Amino acid sequence: MSRIEDCFTKLKAEGRKALIPYVTAGDPEPAISVPLMHAMVAAGADIIELGVPFSDPMADGPVIQRAAERALEHGTRLRDVLAMVAEFRQQDTSTPVVLMGYLNPVEVMGYETFARAAAEAGVDGVLSVDLPPEEAHDLLVALRGHGVNPIFLLAPTTDDARIERICAVASGYVYYVALKGVTGAGGLDVQSVADKLVQIRRHTDLPVGVGFGIKDADSAAAVANVADAVVVGSALVKKIEQNAGQSDKITREITDVLARMRAAMDA
Amino acid sequence: MTVQIKQAEGSLPDDNGHFGPYGGRFVAETLMVPLRELQEAYDKYLSDDDFLNELDADLRQFVGRPSPLYLAERWTQQLDGAQIWLKREDLNHTGAHKVNNTVGQALLAKRMGKTRIIAETGAGQHGVATATVAARLGLKCVVDMGAVDIARQAINVYRMKLLGAEVVSVESGSKTLKDALNEAMRDWVTNIDDTFYIIGTVAGPHPYPAMVRDFQAIIGREARAQILDQAGRLPDALVACVGGGSNAIGLFYPFLEDRDVAIYGVEAAGDGLDTGRHAAPLCAGRPGVLHGNRTYLMEDDNGQIIETHSISAGLDYPGVGPEHAWLKDEGRAQYVAITDDEALDAFHNLTRVEGIMPALESSHALAYASKLAPTMDREQIIIVNLSGRGDKDIHTVAALEGIKV
Repeated sequence: MSRIEDCFTKLKAEGRKALIPYVTAGDPEPAISVPLMHAMVAAGADIIELGVPFSDPMADGPVIQRAAERALEHGTRLRDVLAMVAEFRQQDTSTPVVLMGYLNPVEVMGYETFARAAAEAGVDGVLSVDLPPEEAHDLLVALRGHGVNPIFLLAPTTDDARIERICAVASGYVYYVALKGVTGAGGLDVQSVADKLVQIRRHTDLPVGVGFGIKDADSAAAVANVADAVVVGSALVKKIEQNAGQSDKITREITDVLARMRAAMDA
Repeated sequence: MTVQIKQAEGSLPDDNGHFGPYGGRFVAETLMVPLRELQEAYDKYLSDDDFLNELDADLRQFVGRPSPLYLAERWTQQLDGAQIWLKREDLNHTGAHKVNNTVGQALLAKRMGKTRIIAETGAGQHGVATATVAARLGLKCVVDMGAVDIARQAINVYRMKLLGAEVVSVESGSKTLKDALNEAMRDWVTNIDDTFYIIGTVAGPHPYPAMVRDFQAIIGREARAQILDQAGRLPDALVACVGGGSNAIGLFYPFLEDRDVAIYGVEAAGDGLDTGRHAAPLCAGRPGVLHGNRTYLMEDDNGQIIETHSISAGLDYPGVGPEHAWLKDEGRAQYVAITDDEALDAFHNLTRVEGIMPALESSHALAYASKLAPTMDREQIIIVNLSGRGDKDIHTVAALEGIKV
């Protein structure tokens, strides 16, 4: 069983939902990333989504775009992100880490090289935002060959046929994008999310995470009522932006947000 | 008369939008169903006589087609080689080939019941062409444009505003065309229900590369018929500039099966290919995935897209249409590059010798033709796509000569 499967099995037994924070690796500078990952776990994170910075983040709103720009200014490359995961694994061998990013850095490294390096570093899942299953065959083969879970997005526009197709190749969990828009957008409608999750669960037994539009403890708790996992990104990355240069403050503010979400979700 | 749009049965791309290993549909999940709906609508209207008749009428009466095929006699004499014929896309309404595509996509948007049009633009030509058709059809129009391009293309920005479009200044990344495209994609994903995204070049996710090509292929269909009529034979070579590559594929596509016709796509060498300051992914880049398709890109060893340079804003783009990537690998077309200085020389030469002021984009094609012609016989024929007029560039040219206009 993979770390991701272990994680969801354990949470299910405890009657809890997964809290999944997203931060961009290397934002605002590389030295903060590994300590921040540990701090987030201590604050109640179950899985960490680590963003791989890309020059052209087409699916991201301004907050995560600027995070990628800050990380790239410090030269954070895909191989540096893998090194951060390897360093994280020296102390934490149980918390799953999912890399989230765009295809091109992986394409340039080569699928097989990337999959092997990711597995060796201790990466558990890979979510490539701009890679639908139609184009994913070769990367899927490489990831599966090294025991890495391919994570896919589902969207409000995804119809039954596509849910079926995506869930057939996904493993670990699937990630439902709660609204039409980019990361950091507003307008979360929990009832429409609940309705869509019913539709999704007709096609799969995989855990379903929900992200986009979750900003605080209340929205996290509301989504946790219907989903298996709550993903929070821009609300955390904003704290990094507001406090760039003050590592302690960044860590404190992010862990505060997560601890409040954790408490509300478990209440 | 009904225009025929598709070429031969079985031609590329395949059903998933692949030209060999290139093209495809690399987008976030939210866009996959809307792209399929666009594909279905496009397939349907391609064989719909009402749609095709309306398109044909618009191209004649609104755009001013057919555009002339003009023998540049004095320039040909000066170069002392092959005859140079110019396909005069500069004479279209709005001054460039871009409007061929925006007219087609806007009619499609109307048929699909969309009320809001968005577009990205670099030099502003596609933005102007989009704002123009949106004004005519009474559709709301938003154009994304990099802040750097807004500063260097002030006239086109004002033209778009006069036409009623909202111009959004894109401040992310390098603040140029590639970032405008990112921003338009973000707008589209947010406003999927009422919005139609008119992409201006033969790049992006399937079906855009095929659809934009099909709308631009009227350039080559006309040119082929005109040269047979006016010269009594097919040309020996075609030359067109390539940024994203829509004017080039428009000229090339109807000649692809004419195996004796040599095809040259001209990229922007900027300060020179060896300086790294250029916009020539086919000549000096390598394959990768950006903006929804796999194609040749300007990228670093870590897969980050690098900033490009060209004197011509319309060529200042790090990718290229996937069909060009395929034609390069197949050897059916050759891709070459022309520097800023060479393009400027061609700009001045054509203006002084023929009384035609070309766009700086088109000047790259002209510069290559002026190298090619002297190596060929006087009986031979080169068709150059004069894709746009140079009025928009006079400030750039004047500034280089230290003149304030």
